[in-house]
Amino acid sequence: MVKGFFAANYANWREFFVRMPVWGMPLWALLAAFLAGSVVLVSVGANPARAYLALLQGAVGNQGLAATTLLKSIPLMLTSLAIVLAFRANVFNIGAEGQIYLGALFAVWAGINLRLPAFAHIFVTLLFGMIGGCLWGAIPGYLKAARGFNEVVVTIFMNYIAIAIVSYLVHAPLRESGWNFQTRAIADSARLPVILQDTDLHFGLVIALVMAAVVHVLLFHTTLGYQLRMVGYNAEAARYAGLRVTRLTVIALALSGALAGLAGAVEIAGVQYRLLEGFSPGWGFDAIAVALVGRLHPLGALLAALFFGGLRTGANSMQTAVGLPVVVVYIIQGLTVLFMAVGAALQHTRARRPAPARLEARDARNPAAAVGVE
Amino acid sequence: MLATLLQLLGSSDLIYATLRLTTPLLFAALGGLMCERAGVLNIGLEGLMLGGALAAYLTALATGSPWLGVLAAALAGLLAALLFAVAVVTLRANQIVAAVGLNILMLGLTGVLLRSAMGFAAGQNPAPTIPLWKVPLLGDLPGLGPVLFDHLPFVYLVFALVGVTAFIFYRTTWGLAIRAVGEHPHAAAAAGIRVMRVRYLTLLWSGCMAGIGGALLSIGYLNTFQEGMTAGRGFIAFSAIILGRWTPLGTMLASLLFGFADALQLRIQAFGAAIPYQFLVMLPYVVTLFALFGARRSRGPAASGVTYVAGEG
Repeated sequence: MVKGFFAANYANWREFFVRMPVWGMPLWALLAAFLAGSVVLVSVGANPARAYLALLQGAVGNQGLAATTLLKSIPLMLTSLAIVLAFRANVFNIGAEGQIYLGALFAVWAGINLRLPAFAHIFVTLLFGMIGGCLWGAIPGYLKAARGFNEVVVTIFMNYIAIAIVSYLVHAPLRESGWNFQTRAIADSARLPVILQDTDLHFGLVIALVMAAVVHVLLFHTTLGYQLRMVGYNAEAARYAGLRVTRLTVIALALSGALAGLAGAVEIAGVQYRLLEGFSPGWGFDAIAVALVGRLHPLGALLAALFFGGLRTGANSMQTAVGLPVVVVYIIQGLTVLFMAVGAALQHTRARRPAPARLEARDARNPAAAVGVE
Repeated sequence: MLATLLQLLGSSDLIYATLRLTTPLLFAALGGLMCERAGVLNIGLEGLMLGGALAAYLTALATGSPWLGVLAAALAGLLAALLFAVAVVTLRANQIVAAVGLNILMLGLTGVLLRSAMGFAAGQNPAPTIPLWKVPLLGDLPGLGPVLFDHLPFVYLVFALVGVTAFIFYRTTWGLAIRAVGEHPHAAAAAGIRVMRVRYLTLLWSGCMAGIGGALLSIGYLNTFQEGMTAGRGFIAFSAIILGRWTPLGTMLASLLFGFADALQLRIQAFGAAIPYQFLVMLPYVVTLFALFGARRSRGPAASGVTYVAGEG
């Protein structure tokens, strides 16, 4: 019986997952996560139905809340696009958090110190953010590609270094006089305009949507995108086909970093206007979950970002209404990622297959395959 | 400034603090090393530690015994690792993705459980802590005694476990089985090793160890639990394994490096020295990157991160 448990043959489960349409996987994962989440809620004495209802009302209950949901989705959208780009090329970029910080740092510098006309200033500020993130992504990209470093470790290290750099700068050289550890505010000319009256929803939403389109075109309609995906699918084969895998890996991480940096810059230019310690609440890590649930597709990432942005917004109301802490949404989020991973694995499981084992082994490590993307 | 730094470096306090801060990391890293050698990447150490930290705090608070707290932490780590093992070994989910999910889940789960157990007094009641154990005789050595032999019992235990882990790896058939599974699971299976069982057991071991590491954070050196209190230590432990080139001794040295840097950074903050502490926070990472850069390429277990599917060898 024990042996059966360890090495069970899930052939009929597989049927269920294999026949699943493209949008089925995230839906199954979310449904399963909410169900499993209810078990947790019941076990701590809460009423899941009431909690989820409060969550929903808190996320989209009125125009103001819906605008907040959109607002909170913006950094998640941009950062998850960064993750999509990297993961598609088989680069586990865990360093988006650090790239966000560097992007915000560069952007805040440009926003404070440059004197430009309004439109140009915004553009340059965001561009600086992209450059900052790009640099912070290119370093681990180079170390992975040329020196064979494990990118997971290097990008984690780069996160700590970036956060420490920003912490130092807002404590001393860039610190505004006063009590708080923060920089001065950026110039008015560098701020993104609000696009919906009586809310804080800013132009960053449009930027995120445009960027999703850009990433989509890049990945699926350009040679570069094709090459990146090819490296992601099978680096060995890509090398054999004459692609410069080293260069492509660096490009993937640099572009990914640029997008994450843009997320930081947009948050500076649209919401916070100044940089402070602990600037990001962990968007870089949340975005990994978002991108995976979005099945590493730009459109999917947008939808997933909206969903998780809504969860985050709704959680505040839920806390007041039902008395559950905001971290409940992490349970849902974590479970969703787990169920995605499991669902994708079941989908890809072959009961018996005579295919060459080496190829299968590579698939197993491929992040795209990990969430069921071909 | 330099004088202060030199004074700090020579102080016995610093060595003491280094051992203290290394221990939780080393617990998680040694456990992680075991499953990494069996071919399972465990980025979930962070979440496993966090689960252990909460279980230890709540149990110690409820029972009044820190020892039961540590036991509960080991069990909590084991349970969370079991969940992870079901996902990545039996259901063959991608190890990195599942671990990302596990970490987020544990962050939420610990937060909710803490709140439901304690209400709004969450984390404010001090729990009983693990007492220090002064080694008889050795603890009375002048100079060395108070620095090396007056610690939590787990400090001695973890350094002993480095030796035990090395012994298991290189001197026992179990160790051979573990390494074989990590290098070439299909060959191992052909030789009669039960690959899935090895992966399950090493993962469960890693869960226990990370859980104990977490317990040391909450009821070893503090008497409370805070949301997300592991603050990236699980990731550091994961890095220590790689920096230590997947060997027990290397993992220990890497953990000591991180522990030392952490100790130094805390001291400097406390001293209010002229060096910004942030530079010391980033120091171990910068040093490590340069060290890796200079080093020859190191190679982990060949089947690291590869899902095992029986019969597809």
